[in-house]
Amino acid sequence: MYTDLLQYIFSGLTGGAIYALIALGFCVVSNTMGIVNFIQVDFVTLGGMFMFSALFALGLPTVPALVLAVCLVALVAMVVERVGLRPARSDNHLVLIFLTVGLSIILRGIIKIVWGKNRMALPPLTPDVPVQILGASVLPQALWILGLTVVAIAILTWFFHKTSLGLCMRAVASNPTAAAVVGIASGRIRLTSYAIAGALGGLAGVLVTPITTLNYDVGVLLGLKGFAAAILGGFGSFPGAILGGLGLGLLESLSAGYLSSAYKDVVAFVVLLLVLFVRPKGFLGK
Amino acid sequence: MTGRQNLLYFLSLHRTGLFATLMAAALILFPYIEDNPYTLGLTNLIAINAIIVLGLNLFIGYAGQISLGHAAFFGLGAYGSAIATVTFGLPPWPSMFLVAALVGLVALAVGIPVLRLSGHYLAMATLGLNYVVHTVLLQWDEVTGGPSGFAGIPSLSVADVVFDDPVSLHYLLWGFTMVCLLLCLNLVRSGVGRGLAALAGDETAAASLGVDTRSAKVKVFVLSAVLASLAGSLFAHCYSYVSPDTFGIFTSTDMVIMVVVGGMGSIWGSVFGAAFLTLLPEWMEIFDTYKDFVHGGILVLVLMFLPQGLITGLTDMIRVRMALWRRDHAAA
Repeated sequence: MYTDLLQYIFSGLTGGAIYALIALGFCVVSNTMGIVNFIQVDFVTLGGMFMFSALFALGLPTVPALVLAVCLVALVAMVVERVGLRPARSDNHLVLIFLTVGLSIILRGIIKIVWGKNRMALPPLTPDVPVQILGASVLPQALWILGLTVVAIAILTWFFHKTSLGLCMRAVASNPTAAAVVGIASGRIRLTSYAIAGALGGLAGVLVTPITTLNYDVGVLLGLKGFAAAILGGFGSFPGAILGGLGLGLLESLSAGYLSSAYKDVVAFVVLLLVLFVRPKGFLGK
Repeated sequence: MTGRQNLLYFLSLHRTGLFATLMAAALILFPYIEDNPYTLGLTNLIAINAIIVLGLNLFIGYAGQISLGHAAFFGLGAYGSAIATVTFGLPPWPSMFLVAALVGLVALAVGIPVLRLSGHYLAMATLGLNYVVHTVLLQWDEVTGGPSGFAGIPSLSVADVVFDDPVSLHYLLWGFTMVCLLLCLNLVRSGVGRGLAALAGDETAAASLGVDTRSAKVKVFVLSAVLASLAGSLFAHCYSYVSPDTFGIFTSTDMVIMVVVGGMGSIWGSVFGAAFLTLLPEWMEIFDTYKDFVHGGILVLVLMFLPQGLITGLTDMIRVRMALWRRDHAAA
């Protein structure tokens, strides 16, 4: 009974960490550009795909492959922003959001052509020998996920509070007009926010695909849940994204454990609709 | 005024009605010219898609909102009709309208809380709804038949006429589409429609001029859901078989692409968008491999270069050119 609960909590935290990473990516872009970036969904898939190619096509060891995969996704994200979004020169949110939907479909098409439609398996970062923690058996991959998520959040915090680029981004997020007045170049900020969103999504993809298997649309569901997590915590708030992600992960694994596993994926959206109903700003929204 | 001017004035005054009459005449004659069942099957699919796109376009183009989940209402309509007629043995016509009313209630329940919020919440909530509906259709197999689908849905009939061959379905489906088209054309010219157009332009301004923006958004959302549900019922009775894959989130994005291609806020464009996207696979041999690529590409290109949609964008361009030409000639 107690071990079951502990087991569910661990798997919930693992899934929650992934949602948190994706949710953070959504928040970064939303804060600086004011739009929902549906391409985030494909950054997750791309992370897994690049990891797969780096490991098997290039034969790299795990850690360089992970770094390479995350960097490549960030690069793709920057290209997408520069080539796909910026030329539109529109401030109509309807157009911009649909544009990200279109770019996401294109990216998914490219992934399908390059890597094919078959399901692939990605090996875990370290061999699968379950570790016993307080009576629950935990896969090392879960520990990697939790550890690297904490590292990513720490780096982000440092970036947003200590570097000049990060401070510029926070300035844009808090007041775009004032930021433009003091001479912060908006193009560079947009590019950076896409790179960060790509890196976060890519990292989530690299970490989660050994558990879920890899497929051209694996990111869709994960990405949507990441978005649900972001809204749950309060869209645009970083602590909210982390809290929302973990909360959603826990809810999901507890409901899968105690209610029904067939409808596990539905929980996220039912919760989302309920939250929008009761407290549309999310837990930590302004 | 001369007789020619009078005629031109009459034509421009009644252009909408004339277009609609011409289209109805063309549709009535179409099966006499083209009797290939395959082609008629395609045009029938266009009719079904056009009904959904008309409703969705009112919501996106006129109310300026985002829905990425209209396939959910489409699916609820289709499965609703299937379950009502096969499982409960109800007659098709009443059950179709009963289901549409129920789907309208679902839309109302989702719409009231969510439409208080701005764009992306709505996009996500509708997407979430679509996902929930799709999963339920897949998983609740004792009621919906699960992944293998739901077969044996009876055809619609009026008196002795059974709508089960392409030609009779052509008249049935396009009849519905024309009614919806006329409904939408009249709606956007009414006070409600003007209010909606104002809402799409600037919500604050519309509200300050006395448009009840929240209730207008909810109403048009419900209307679009009801239209999607009707289209779903027609789809179910037309093919006598439905499966969950038809109603996934990718169908919803396809619907959005149809709206954008046809032109946000263009009623005639909706029919064009539905036709264009439905026929596209027929024109391209390699379509299967590059489907996502082509669909996404069309969406991105249209949004970048003709954000008003293909038809509206091109006619606007021609209109500007003509105005410029007239000015130059007047000067010369």
